[in-house]
Amino acid sequence: MDLQPDNRGDMLVVRAMEPRIDAAVAIQFKDRMRDLLAAAPARVVLDLSQVQFLDSSGLGAVVAVMKHLGPGRRLELAGLTPTVQKVFRLTRMDSVFTIHPEVPDGLRDAV
Amino acid sequence: MACAMPCDPPGAGRATRIVLASDSMAVREALGRLVQALRLQALPEEDCGTAEIVLAEALNNVVEHAYAASPGEIELTVTLSGGALTCTIRDQGRPMPGALPPGTLPPLAPPDHIPEGGFGWYLIRALSRDLHYRRQDGHNLLSFRVGREQSPPGVGAVSRPETTPD
Repeated sequence: MDLQPDNRGDMLVVRAMEPRIDAAVAIQFKDRMRDLLAAAPARVVLDLSQVQFLDSSGLGAVVAVMKHLGPGRRLELAGLTPTVQKVFRLTRMDSVFTIHPEVPDGLRDAV
Repeated sequence: MACAMPCDPPGAGRATRIVLASDSMAVREALGRLVQALRLQALPEEDCGTAEIVLAEALNNVVEHAYAASPGEIELTVTLSGGALTCTIRDQGRPMPGALPPGTLPPLAPPDHIPEGGFGWYLIRALSRDLHYRRQDGHNLLSFRVGREQSPPGVGAVSRPETTPD
C-alpha cells in the first residue's frame, strides 16, 4: 500500500499512489492510513489524483479513516478522477467530505 | 494468484467470457482485463467506469457472501452490442437469501455514524438496468445491463411512446 505523507506543518497531505482502492486492499489502506495519522495535525488532505478506481469497500475505508480522526481533526479529499468522483456523487458522500479539485495550498485555502 | 483467464477474444457483438477464482485480487485482475477489452471495442470511457463499478460490486458480493471466503469459481460473461453491455455472473455459492436487496442509500448522518458499508447494492441498482437474479441447477445467475439503451439497428431518433416512464 503506497501512501506518501507530506507534512506541511498545519496540514498533512497523504498522496495515494495506488491505482485502485478496492475490496482487495481496503483493509491495508485503512491500516496504513491509521499509522500515518497517529501524529497528524488537525487538517488531513487525501490526494486521490492517482487513484483510477474505488469501489464501495474503498469508500467504506475512506469513511473509516475519517471517523478514526475523530471530531477534532478532519479529512478532506482532493483530485478525484472521474470514476471515483462518480462513486462519491452517487452515494452522496460528496456532501460528507470537503472535496478539492487539487491539493489546496495550506495558507491560501485554510478555512 | 492470477486466475482471470479470458476464454474468448473480444470482438464486436461477441461475448467476453472470464472465469475467475473467488477472491478479491482475482476480481481486480478480471476487471482490468475486461475494461481493457471494452476500451478496445470503443466503449466510451464513462461507460467503462460505470461497468467497472457495477461489476466490482456484484463480483465482490459473490466473493464475500455467496462463497463467503471458501474457494469457488465465478464465470463472468459480458457482451457489448450497440453501446450497451449485457453482463451475466454465474457462481455455485450459497443462494441469495430471498429477493435481491433493495439497495437503498443508508442515511449519512450524524457525522460519527456515517456508514462504512451498505453501498454495494445501491450502486448496482443506480448504475444498471434489467437486473435479474435466479437460482438454477445449484448456480446463482445474476444479469444486468449497463451503458446506453439499444436503439433498433438502422433506425435514427425514433420516438417510442410505449417507453414513457410510469
